[in-house]
Amino acid sequence: MDEPQTLILKVNGQEYKLRPDSRTTVLDALREQIGLTGTKKGCDHGQCGACTVHLEGERVLSCLLLVEGLAGREITTIEGIADPAGELHPMQQAFIDHDAFQCGYCTPGQIMSAIACVKEGHAGSRMEIQEFMSGNLCRCAAYPNIIEAIEAVRAAVLDPANSIQ
Amino acid sequence: MIPFRYQHANDIADAVALAGRLNDAQFIAGGTSQVDLLKEGVQRPTVLIDIFRIGLSEITDLQGGGLSIGANVRNSTASDHPAIRERYTAIAEALHAGASQQIRNMASMAGNLLQRTRCPYLRDPAQRCNKRDPGSGCAAVEGFNRMHAIFGQTDEGAQSQRTCIAVHPSDMAVAMAAHEAVIVIHSSTGERRIAFEDLHRLPEHDPSRDTNLACDDLIVAIELPAFNGTSHYLKVRDRASYAYALVSCATAVEMDGDRIASARVALGSVAHKPWRLFAAEALLQGERPSEELFRRAAEAGLEGARTYSMNGYKPDLARVLVARALSETTGLTPLQGPAGTAFAASVGGIAGVIEES
Ligand SMILES: Cc1cc2nc3c(=O)[nH]c(=O)nc-3n(C[C@H](O)[C@H](O)[C@H](O)COP(=O)(O)OP(=O)(O)OC[C@H]3O[C@@H](n4cnc5c(N)ncnc54)[C@H](O)[C@@H]3O)c2cc1C
Ligand code: SF4
Ligand code: FES
Ligand code: FES
Repeated sequence: MDEPQTLILKVNGQEYKLRPDSRTTVLDALREQIGLTGTKKGCDHGQCGACTVHLEGERVLSCLLLVEGLAGREITTIEGIADPAGELHPMQQAFIDHDAFQCGYCTPGQIMSAIACVKEGHAGSRMEIQEFMSGNLCRCAAYPNIIEAIEAVRAAVLDPANSIQ
Repeated sequence: MIPFRYQHANDIADAVALAGRLNDAQFIAGGTSQVDLLKEGVQRPTVLIDIFRIGLSEITDLQGGGLSIGANVRNSTASDHPAIRERYTAIAEALHAGASQQIRNMASMAGNLLQRTRCPYLRDPAQRCNKRDPGSGCAAVEGFNRMHAIFGQTDEGAQSQRTCIAVHPSDMAVAMAAHEAVIVIHSSTGERRIAFEDLHRLPEHDPSRDTNLACDDLIVAIELPAFNGTSHYLKVRDRASYAYALVSCATAVEMDGDRIASARVALGSVAHKPWRLFAAEALLQGERPSEELFRRAAEAGLEGARTYSMNGYKPDLARVLVARALSETTGLTPLQGPAGTAFAASVGGIAGVIEES
């Protein structure tokens, strides 16, 4: 096989030079090479959502993405969503306020997915949240509180819009 | 994963030439099927040809009222596209009821059609599987076959090199069968179009092949013929969301006054390919919609089904589903959610909750 080429992966606004094997997934590159371990490996087969990150703003599964395929495209992880001054992202805060986790293993993936779910406009009702968050499993079954947290953020996002009307 | 080389194709000609020239090369689009199977050692390419940079990501109107969908259009883009939602509703519903939003954001239209069966033995190199290792036999006939075929399978016993009772798992493919999509292909011999019915194949004597495509056949687009009717998709699964179908049904019905001008009905997860119910379709043509007619059509469509130790539930489930899908498509029964969404497609509602919308 060929020698691995140097490849640049953009994560949370920073460029990382990697020499990936062609088999390296974004999940493994994040955790093992870059040292960002917030993104979790649950199943490694696309079935649990623990590895959810944003690719150019859209939620995707990093365990099914090969680094080689990304060249130059921008990834955001759970480490990249709080504001630089350290204030938590509203979704992170809502997960704390609504006690939306127990062990916390699924939580980074849940939060990344939830942020996208609200942004996509797929958090209109509890039923819609359940459907559009179904790609994120929670073994502790914190679902009711996760849904509450998402509803709270969606309400806050919609609030100013409502007052304009 | 067995090591492979990774190569980006820059345009269609490049992709086709690479695939023709390199031994054991395979395309990769969204990678959601491909990477999973690479990890399991089921796919063993020496080179992966990434087709993302080619583009093929447009949805355009065709002359005469049809729609062309580029091979690389994301499943989530297609599922929310107004033309697909309004004119080809079954396709939007099937997409929304398949996988998860993360996977739909990655998955391409061509990749969706070409995803491999979810037969558990395909993914387990310790078990016999003619699809993975031709000649090794089939562990499913005498094993865990709850998800397996009732039509078109080859079954000459567990030891036979021909046996395969796997089903095609794609939801969208079932809806595309009902819409009689046309597949546009580029290969070393130029461009050609094939009927949807001829894309996937039955296992016959060679279960290792899922489709009639050659290794350098690149799907560039899927064309949907003009359609002036109503189409719909219904899916039954073990859990309310994010699960493959046990049985699914797509219908596409065009009316002429109060009579059915044409009806196309396809079942999913019952065969190695989306399974058209031609006998049922013939029975429906020219008739007035009624529950009794739909029950008869379902009865005719399910004739000849052959079941295994664990999938005996499928013919009954399919009969009920066909009759209900036709009834909902023709307006005899209301949809259980807004047309074009997962809520219309998911039998049983989401997590058992059916909210007023
Ligand atoms: C956990 C999980 C749950 C899922 N649930 C569902 C579900 O409920 N319903 C459902 O329908 N699907 C489901 N899927 C499957 C998913 O829809 C498919 O994996 C996806 O659509 C494949 O698209 P892709 O672009 O990622 O394909 P890839 O993995 O990139 O490719 C798949 C195949 O297509 C070939 N290919 C890709 N593009 C072309 C082209 N243009 N020309 C020729 N060959 C090409 C590749 O060589 C490969 O053989 C699920 C997947 C996962 C992981
Ligand atoms: S049914 Fe087909 S895919 Fe499944 S084990 Fe048998 S040969 Fe393999
Ligand atoms: S680790 Fe990626 S979906 Fe489970
Ligand atoms: S909080 Fe434990 S898996 Fe979700």
